[in-house]
Amino acid sequence: MTIEVDSQQSLTRLVGPLATDRGVWQRVLRNPGVVVGAVIVLLLVLMAILAPVLGTVDPKAIDPAYRNRLPGSSHVVTAADGQQTTRTFLMGADTLGRDVYSRVIYGTRVSLIVGISVALISASLGLAIGLVAGYLRWVDLIVMRVMDGLMAIPGILLAVGLVAVWGARLGPVILAIAVPEIPRFVRLVRSLVLTIREEPYVEAAVAVGTPMPLILIRHVMPNTLGPMIVQATFVCASAILIEAILSFLGIGIPTDIPTWGNIMAEGRQLFRVYPHTILFPGIFVAVTVLAVNMLGDGLRDTLDPRTKSP
Amino acid sequence: MLVFVANRLLSVIPVLAIVAIVVFLMLRLTPGDPAAAIAGDSATAEQVAEIRSKLGLDQPIATQFVIWVSRAMRGDLGESFFFKESVTALIGQRIEPTLSLACTTIILAVLIAVPLGVLAAHRHGGVLDRCLMGFSVLGFSVPVFVIGYLLIYIFAIKVHWLPVQGYRRISENFGDWAYHLVLPSLTLAAIYVALIARMTRASVIDVLTEDYVRTARAKGLTRRAVLVRHALRNAAVPIITVIGIGGVVVTESVFNIPGLGRLTVDAVLARDYPVIQAIILLFSYAYVQINLMIDLAYSFFDPRIRY
Repeated sequence: MTIEVDSQQSLTRLVGPLATDRGVWQRVLRNPGVVVGAVIVLLLVLMAILAPVLGTVDPKAIDPAYRNRLPGSSHVVTAADGQQTTRTFLMGADTLGRDVYSRVIYGTRVSLIVGISVALISASLGLAIGLVAGYLRWVDLIVMRVMDGLMAIPGILLAVGLVAVWGARLGPVILAIAVPEIPRFVRLVRSLVLTIREEPYVEAAVAVGTPMPLILIRHVMPNTLGPMIVQATFVCASAILIEAILSFLGIGIPTDIPTWGNIMAEGRQLFRVYPHTILFPGIFVAVTVLAVNMLGDGLRDTLDPRTKSP
Repeated sequence: MLVFVANRLLSVIPVLAIVAIVVFLMLRLTPGDPAAAIAGDSATAEQVAEIRSKLGLDQPIATQFVIWVSRAMRGDLGESFFFKESVTALIGQRIEPTLSLACTTIILAVLIAVPLGVLAAHRHGGVLDRCLMGFSVLGFSVPVFVIGYLLIYIFAIKVHWLPVQGYRRISENFGDWAYHLVLPSLTLAAIYVALIARMTRASVIDVLTEDYVRTARAKGLTRRAVLVRHALRNAAVPIITVIGIGGVVVTESVFNIPGLGRLTVDAVLARDYPVIQAIILLFSYAYVQINLMIDLAYSFFDPRIRY
């Protein structure tokens, strides 16, 4: 069965606002927050991919000869064949003589992987649960009670507990950070579904006999996309921050993997004399989280018409 | 009103039940046998079996849950694997520093943030307003420990005004206690200042456009009285938001304060599951209770509010 569509306007009413709104991306790209945030994030992504060619050395290489070097200090290294090269520690070296600059650059990889994976995992699980909960009354009753309970547990404590149970490796850490974020997505999707299901285009779909799963995927899901992207961006930022906190506390990703949190954790002992080991990764965490949050703020203002930043 | 209060009180029960189930299952889903973990590496099979029956681990899982909950309600949260002490006693020893830190932080944050937010709203779009908004975004993004170390570096290492780390009990010397808490609470307050100032500003801007504000002003009520009443109320909610607890854990770790946050980290490193369980339970319980009290207080002061 086909539906006659005679004008742009009725098409919008039938398939929802986002699908036909071509102006959306133009509006998004005109937002200064989105542009600045996106540029910084892109630079970070490039930095993570190009880490080996950015003048870095092996981030795990221990060299006792260069312990605790200050940022910018350089040394002439004489190789076995007598050739001399100058080695500069842009951000100094840590207590084991590892190059902090290389470690920070490689640390970008872990932070971005954690942020993006957590956002994707919690968003897709939240979407699936939220769609079903928003449509089936009895599922809704049970699921929302469980979500209320989960939300009462402080997210970071739940993550800490899950890391303790699952073990401190990259995969479990990502999952542990993702689980406490799921209820927020479920609530968001559910509330959107409750509004969208009353829209004329969904009623029309029901009237022409479209099966429920198809309605959810084809008509309801695309309309949750805007708010979902916004929420996912904020989750990504907070995941990067939480990963850094867990690693800093020594209960996150194993210490042999260079992450920003781990670098800072190792810098704690000699912080009074060599504050740079905490300062540089700290700046990177702050700039990354700031950029992702700016992106999120900008996207919210343009994609999510229900809320405006205060 | 009574119906509302009763409903609100009852609504807490399913939430706490879910929290209890999640926390309980977390331990049960642990890889490995908790009895073997307690007994240690050199224990014989009989010793492990003895511990298992003592802990009730040989019972069906539903029975175990009921036993665990009924014990927890009586304040018996089990015994720590690592500290070889009852978890309740352990938490009792560690709660004072955490409460001290939390209270001084909230007071400090409100004292700084509310006037800032109100001023920013008052001069909406001005220099202070824009600085504050910039600062508040920064406050969300900079990790707490970076702020902490920065403050230590400036105020303790460079100018020697304040101690680097440590905690003094309030019963020993009040002055010393306060002196050691200045930097930690400033550190932790930084996140809240950002958050509360932003919320205050938003709610004040909102409120100033309301008809009843015009009425209040027309009545001759001072602008300040109108502002403070609404600003303060709206500042109460973000204070208890969840990020704060992560902040407490980190701040205690940075400043070497022997509170619940440090206990959490120690417990995770030692895989001390009963302690982890108890801490999660305690914080969730506190969170639910504080939310409940705020809701009830709101509806008491503003009868229109019903949840």
